[in-house]
Amino acid sequence: MFAGKKVVAFGERDGVQGPAIAECLAAAGADVVFTVTECVV
Amino acid sequence: MDLENQARIKQLAEQYGNESLIVVIGSGDADSSALVAETVTTGDPSYAGPLTEVQLGLAVYHILEPEVKEHIPPEVYEEQVALMELALDAEGIAQATKKIRDDASAG
Repeated sequence: MFAGKKVVAFGERDGVQGPAIAECLAAAGADVVFTVTECVV
Repeated sequence: MDLENQARIKQLAEQYGNESLIVVIGSGDADSSALVAETVTTGDPSYAGPLTEVQLGLAVYHILEPEVKEHIPPEVYEEQVALMELALDAEGIAQATKKIRDDASAG
């Protein structure tokens, strides 16, 4: 599903944060091209 | 989704092609998940950002969805995500994200 794919890790401060998503996706073989953590107010 | 991030995702979709880019979100509730998912599929529902009326149609998943989880090495998932999976309404979030994805692919 993710192997070799370009992926955006779009986290949220009050949920799962970007770097944690990126770590998971990289381990699944994805090419993480953008990692961000938004703060929803 | 803030305007800067909308612009960045739009640029990445142009760079790599909409078919090649997957967005994996980590929003903390179902409503917020649906909002982000909608923004990268059918356009910014708030009509404020660069993705207003831009239908990128990107594949979008939430990190807590079972079909994403099964592709991640269990030890990495455990370390990075498992705690939040317990704290959040994973099922509601997964349903909300899947609904937007299904609606977008239906047309």
